[in-house]
Amino acid sequence: MWNYLRKLSSLKYYYEWSGKWVPWLTGFTVVLMIVGFYWGLFVAPADYQQGESYRIIFVHVPAAWMSMFVYVVMAVAGFIALVWRTKVSEIVVSECAVIGAMFTALALITGMLWGKPTWGTYWQWDARLTSELILLFLYLGIIAIHSAIEDSRVAARVASILAVTGVINIPIIHYSVTWWSSLHQPNMQLLSKSPSVHPSMLYPLLVMAAAFQVYFFGLLFIRMRNEILYRERLTNWVKKLLARN
Amino acid sequence: MVILLIGFSSAVALVLYAMRQNIMLFHTPSQVVAGEVQGNKLFRVGGLVVTGSVVKGNDGLTTEFDLTDMGRSIRVRYTGLLPDLFREGQGIVAQGLLNEKGVFVAQEVLAKHDENYMPPEVAASLKKQGVLLPYPHETD
Repeated sequence: MWNYLRKLSSLKYYYEWSGKWVPWLTGFTVVLMIVGFYWGLFVAPADYQQGESYRIIFVHVPAAWMSMFVYVVMAVAGFIALVWRTKVSEIVVSECAVIGAMFTALALITGMLWGKPTWGTYWQWDARLTSELILLFLYLGIIAIHSAIEDSRVAARVASILAVTGVINIPIIHYSVTWWSSLHQPNMQLLSKSPSVHPSMLYPLLVMAAAFQVYFFGLLFIRMRNEILYRERLTNWVKKLLARN
Repeated sequence: MVILLIGFSSAVALVLYAMRQNIMLFHTPSQVVAGEVQGNKLFRVGGLVVTGSVVKGNDGLTTEFDLTDMGRSIRVRYTGLLPDLFREGQGIVAQGLLNEKGVFVAQEVLAKHDENYMPPEVAASLKKQGVLLPYPHETD
C-alpha cells in the first residue's frame, strides 16, 4: 500500500498511471450523462408540488454535492502536500480548485434559476446560500494564490494551508439548513427507510451523481496530466515523450 | 499547522455563535406575538399559511392570510404577485413590518418547499391514507 502510494507520488509514474484511466473515465462519463439526463428529463415523472421545474434537481443537487466533495479531496491533498511535500498532491490542490469552483458556480446558478419560480426570488442571504457562496470564494482564493505566487512550490504551501483551514466550511454548509431557519429546504433523506425522494426520481438522481463523480475524476486526471507535462517540460522523460509524438 | 487549524475553527465557531440570531432567516409567529421582535426595522417571519384563512382583496392584488407555527398565529397582508407555490398549508417567509393593529404588512412573500419529491399519483395515494396533508385547493 505505502509502496504503491510512494510510486504514485512520482510525477512520471503518475502520468503513465493516469493515462490508462482517462479513456475509461471519459467513456463512463458520456454513458452515465446520457442515461441520467434522459431518465431525469424525459422518463421521471413531474413533481406533485413543483411540476416540471423540479427537474433542475438533476443538475443542481449533483453539482452541489460535488462542490463539497471536491473541496474535501482538495483539503486532504493539501494536508498531504503540507506533511509530505509531494508534488502530485500539490497539483491535485491547484486543479481541484478550478474544478471545484466550476461545480460551485454551477450549483449556485442552477439554484438561483430554481429559486425564482419556486421561492419567488433568485437570492436571499440564507445560511445555505451564503455558506455555498463562501465556498466559491475559497476556491477563487486558492486559484488566485496560484496565479499570484510565481514559485509553484511556495504557492502550493500557501494554497494548501487555505484549503485545509477552509474545510471548516463544509460541515457548516451541510448543517446550515438544520442549525438555522432558512429558505432552502432541509437535506434530502436518502439513507432512511423511506427516502424523501420517490424512487422514480431518486434513481436518475443517483445516476447523475455518479456521472458527475466520474466526470470529476476524468477532468482532474486530464488537467493534472497537462500540468505535469508543463512543470516537467525540461526533463528528459517529457522531451522523449514529446519527440515520440 | 494544527494550532492554526484549531485557532481558525474556534474563531469561526465563536463568530457563528455570536451571530446565531442574525443567521436565522426568519422569526416565528410565536416570537412576534410574544413581542420579541422590537422596533421599526424590517424583519422576516416564517410559518405555514393557515388553511381557510386566505382572503383576496377587491383590487385583485391584495391578499390577507394567517401565518402560524402551530403555536400562535399572526395576520399577514400583502399586495403584489405571490410565488407559484403559495397556497394554503404551504410554508412561506414574509418580509415586512407590524402595523399598529398587529397586522404584519409584508413587502415580499417567498414560498418554501420541503425535501420531499414524488409524482402526483403517489402524493394522491398518500393523502388517501392520511399520511400527507392535502392542500385544500386540491380537495375543493
